[in-house]
Amino acid sequence: MTTLNPPARPSAPSSRAVRPARPAPRRVRHSPLGRGLNLGVCAVAGLYTLLPLVWLLFAITKTLPDLYGSNGFAPSGFHLWANLRDLFAQDGGVYPRWLLNSVLYAGAGAGLGTLASVMAGYTFAKYRFPGREKLYGLVVAGVLVPGTALAVPLYLLFSGVHLTNTVWSVLIPVAANPFGVYLARVYAAGSIPDELLEAARVDGAGELRTFFTVGLRLMGPGALTIFLMQFVSIWNNFFLPLVMLTDSRLFTTSLGLFTWNSSTSQNPDYLRMVVVGSAVSVVPLLILFLTLQRWWRRGLAEGGLR
Amino acid sequence: MSALTASPPQAASVPAPTRARARRRLHIPLLLAPFALLFVIAFVAPLVYGLVLSLFRERFTGLGWNGSHLAFAGFHDYARALQDSRFLDGLGRVLLYAVIDVPLMLAVSLVLALLLDSALTTARRFFQALLLLPHFVPGLIAALIWVYLYTPGLSPLTSWLGDIGLHVNFFSSGSVLGSIVNISLWQWIGYNSVLLYVALQSVSPSVLEAARLDGAGEIRTALSIKVPHIRPALVVSGLFTIIGSLQLFTEPKILQGSAGSTVTASWTPNLLAFSEAFNSNDYSYAAAVSLLLAAVAGVLSLLAMKLVGRVDRSSQEADS
Repeated sequence: MTTLNPPARPSAPSSRAVRPARPAPRRVRHSPLGRGLNLGVCAVAGLYTLLPLVWLLFAITKTLPDLYGSNGFAPSGFHLWANLRDLFAQDGGVYPRWLLNSVLYAGAGAGLGTLASVMAGYTFAKYRFPGREKLYGLVVAGVLVPGTALAVPLYLLFSGVHLTNTVWSVLIPVAANPFGVYLARVYAAGSIPDELLEAARVDGAGELRTFFTVGLRLMGPGALTIFLMQFVSIWNNFFLPLVMLTDSRLFTTSLGLFTWNSSTSQNPDYLRMVVVGSAVSVVPLLILFLTLQRWWRRGLAEGGLR
Repeated sequence: MSALTASPPQAASVPAPTRARARRRLHIPLLLAPFALLFVIAFVAPLVYGLVLSLFRERFTGLGWNGSHLAFAGFHDYARALQDSRFLDGLGRVLLYAVIDVPLMLAVSLVLALLLDSALTTARRFFQALLLLPHFVPGLIAALIWVYLYTPGLSPLTSWLGDIGLHVNFFSSGSVLGSIVNISLWQWIGYNSVLLYVALQSVSPSVLEAARLDGAGEIRTALSIKVPHIRPALVVSGLFTIIGSLQLFTEPKILQGSAGSTVTASWTPNLLAFSEAFNSNDYSYAAAVSLLLAAVAGVLSLLAMKLVGRVDRSSQEADS
């Protein structure tokens, strides 16, 4: 395989003979072929990633007939503002309500879930107690259970206590985040020195107070990462709201768009609404992602390494 | 008590509880309580309740006038699922989907991560942000957009492919699985390759330098140093991809609109559970199907972890 990359080889013997005192810079001269191949693969991947999004960008500016009649990757008139106005007015202005619901489910669910996960992760990392690893094993097992496999049993459970079709039937299940506990344990073990906790204890702070004043503060960045990951996963959840909710005023954007999409045979204009509504529903997450990019990378680093 | 001896070293510096402190250990249950409550409601209770529902049946006494009571029905629903061709076909379909999706996903993500990491690629940050974009498109929206792209009238994709001699109908019975694999690849390749790329950043520069001095090229370095180093991250990616594959629901649900004759109401186990629960109102059977699927996912994940663990150990033995 090394023969595929010949230019790096000839330089090796000489550099071994005269060993540099400091490590040479990582920049290595590469063949134009290698560079071209590399750029080519990256360009193809980039194009593939952008293709559907570009189509969507053109589509949201079109009228319904042009959605079918014009080239999908070229503009055809500019009706974005009219489309947005129609979207927000459709079915008595239910779309902004769906957006707000999504923000509520994702924001409150991730907020509640992250605090619970950080408290549990901190406890697993910083205290010894009987049965700790057994309990922790149970949490990790929770990571492996597929979420949608529990949706139907969850529906049956909630309907047993007459709580289906309520905010709680979505909010409470999505707040439970075992993967967050796993991450929080890793963060707590890595970012909170035991000496600091001991100092707080010597100063007479109780254990709970120590957590809120010392532990939580030091785990802040990790907690933000857990919050963001959970926010996205709740925002993306479709199966649970579909199973639980029947009142359209409680719908998430995804569920609402799904019902519109299922009604295009009765009213073809719903297609235009679904297209524009899809684009609008992506915007809040994109803003969140672009403004907080480095926290994502951090989360990925911690989650992937251990 | 064995849990105490198994505790990792980072906790070793925490002093053993004195008797006075032992009396004040209430903070441990207090700190664990919020998560425990959520975990019980979201995981333990539905599993137990689903199990009970699937093992017991409502029996009506007499003509049904005297009400009903729950009677143990045994594993009837599980036996039924294991003989139900709809369940078995669906399971076979998601397994086939996983067999195609998981290796493709890992291979492409790994190649992209290595390209991003190699000294060749410029504009890494821009490229990572670009690749991550689809991760922020909700799964349902991604499925909707791709179905539009697959639809001949709505997008020029099929005619472009026709121009280069590929006449595809994305909704035909032979290609619908591939159409779904494509949606999943589009959504998750960026996420997985950035995850692997971040893991690659922890390869020590001195090791890479040593490899270079020993005459290893970019590709050789990638195969013998970088890939083994990020094996844990690969396992995590693979594991989540497998679990995701078995749960297949959203994409086929959307495709039903365009390929209704192919994508039936029981096309995947999750679709079957959904339609049994909400179309046929057969809750106990729906619960049995859901739990069987959860069990299969759990067993497969464990197997994957064990397998990788064994490969890890044998490769370490070969190294020494």
